[in-house]
Amino acid sequence: MSANPSRFRRILRRGTPARLAGGVQPEDTRSLPVEAPPVDIQPNDPLVGYFQSSTGAVDLGSLELDSAALEHLREAGVQMVVPLVSQGDLIGLVNLGPRRSEQDYSADDRKLLNDLAGHAAPAVRVAQLVRQQEAEVRERERMEQELRVAQLIQQQFLPHELPELPGWHVSAYYKPARAVGGDFYDFIELPDGQVGIVVGDVTDKGVPAALVMATTHSILRAEAPRLVAPSEVLTRVNELLVDEMPAHMFVTCLYAVLNPATGQLRYANAGHNVPYVSTEDGVTELRATGMPLGLLPGMEYEEKQATLAPGDTVLLHSDGLAEAHNGEREMFGFPRVAALTGEATDGEVLIDRLLKELADFVGPDLEQEDDITLVTLGRRPAGEAGQERRLAAFEVASEEGNERLAIDQVAEAVAGLGLDGARLERLKTAVGEATMNAIEHGNSNRPELPVEISVVADRTDVKVRITDQGGERPLPEVETPDIEAKLAGLQTPRGWGLFLIENMVDELRTAVDEHHHTIELVMHLKEAPDARI
Amino acid sequence: MPASEFGAEIREHDGTGVIDLRGEINLGADQALNAAYDAAVLGDPRTVVLNFADVDYINSTGIALIVGLLAKARKEHRTVRAFGLSEHYRQIFAITRLSDFMGIYADEDSAVTATVST
Repeated sequence: MSANPSRFRRILRRGTPARLAGGVQPEDTRSLPVEAPPVDIQPNDPLVGYFQSSTGAVDLGSLELDSAALEHLREAGVQMVVPLVSQGDLIGLVNLGPRRSEQDYSADDRKLLNDLAGHAAPAVRVAQLVRQQEAEVRERERMEQELRVAQLIQQQFLPHELPELPGWHVSAYYKPARAVGGDFYDFIELPDGQVGIVVGDVTDKGVPAALVMATTHSILRAEAPRLVAPSEVLTRVNELLVDEMPAHMFVTCLYAVLNPATGQLRYANAGHNVPYVSTEDGVTELRATGMPLGLLPGMEYEEKQATLAPGDTVLLHSDGLAEAHNGEREMFGFPRVAALTGEATDGEVLIDRLLKELADFVGPDLEQEDDITLVTLGRRPAGEAGQERRLAAFEVASEEGNERLAIDQVAEAVAGLGLDGARLERLKTAVGEATMNAIEHGNSNRPELPVEISVVADRTDVKVRITDQGGERPLPEVETPDIEAKLAGLQTPRGWGLFLIENMVDELRTAVDEHHHTIELVMHLKEAPDARI
Repeated sequence: MPASEFGAEIREHDGTGVIDLRGEINLGADQALNAAYDAAVLGDPRTVVLNFADVDYINSTGIALIVGLLAKARKEHRTVRAFGLSEHYRQIFAITRLSDFMGIYADEDSAVTATVST
């Protein structure tokens, strides 16, 4: 007898016991003849245990077992089954019908089949594992792709620049969680110099949340300039969203309208976090009632107003901050956010402080749970003009060595500001390093991509903004280089740039949009002993 | 200000290898700096002294080159000392902790004398 596969009437699908549990599915049998229909074997069928413990080919004719599968196999014409067992797991069956010669299977046949099964089982197992791994890789790639799409949608609808309002300082921070939640914020230009400010959060994550966010964003953009009044805007947005909203999803949203000339802030709230205001008399809350958007039709939204005095700072914030947990499952908490807001003297300082406190609270090992969005709106103190004078704006091509051009032009621009010699040298080094990073990392040394540099000054600070065209890559965190490891040859000697920059200037700020990185180097014109927190 | 090219000369001072550096220590200084070091240690001095008096610019890549040179010297059990650094670069050597591993001196004599006395 030969081992010609054409003698096998039927080869059932390979499967781990778990796959057998779901029933035996048709096999891809392009190279093998398939004559019998597939046979489902339930995991609790006694035949499974029997095959698993059998030592070789099983003659179904003489088998006495109360098994539905056994009956099915017999009905399908199977006479002999050779279990494929690998490391104690039943991973498949070779089923044979009657011999073509119509004789019984001989002892030699059985030995051949058992030998074949002994060789085939490990190979089948390997093939199963490879297939399983391939499926896992495909699933991971699909999820990564979905994540990228969600990020792309979300970034598309986030503002690319902050509004410049005389006498006001606006700052914003947004960091998506890995799974990308549905946070969004926006600034909308309104009639009569007013500005609409939106912070919202869509329940759910990923692409569905990003799509709802995009819809909400578009409706708000369309309706806000027409209606202006926050309560009317939210009522209208809710009406339009209700019909569009997928089941179990809704949007929380705070919408405020600022009149920069008077400091009047009108606001309405669709179930979003209550904003906090840092005032001379402590922290106040901007409370207004309203249901989240997209849940029920016919909702009305309470509208309130507050007047922001010079020196006041408003914080608008999403759940990702106050509802972050540490390793002990304690929450960062709204009272902590309120207390930190009360200590704020400046919006950007407040954001930095909140993020630092959050990082300390959560610790380094926990992944960010939800998107974090923070928007601050600060009315500059009386007497602080806050107006920036532009001292220089220029570009350098992304070619090695051009940081020297940047250094020289910045030095020339700030010459009249009275920076003392040491501080000027520090600023020059920071400008050189930031420009080098922009050339090398942001613009990948492509000469046709410019590094844009502007130098501005206000009453207290000089600020150098260095922008490259590498917005798709996030800026790395500043880390302290490990010189011992570098000297021991365990790390590359390089990697000093960002660290140097941070240590040269009084403040280092960064901003990333879809297309650009901007690094802002801030040097106080006078080094104050009580320099800002 | 036009870029001033890096250059280095070596000489011997009381058994110490002295490298006089000049110009800008940046990526372009890589080969010349390492060649100068290799030449300075041909006589197997125990100490190498770097003279920064005529160096007008060091960027982070230059810092990396100096770290690399220091790593090489430490592997060969040589001491590296420096003098002639401006106040600004002294500060940078302190911030980067280079000065924890490389003595910084006001002038050549003190750098060499300190070397001899250790």
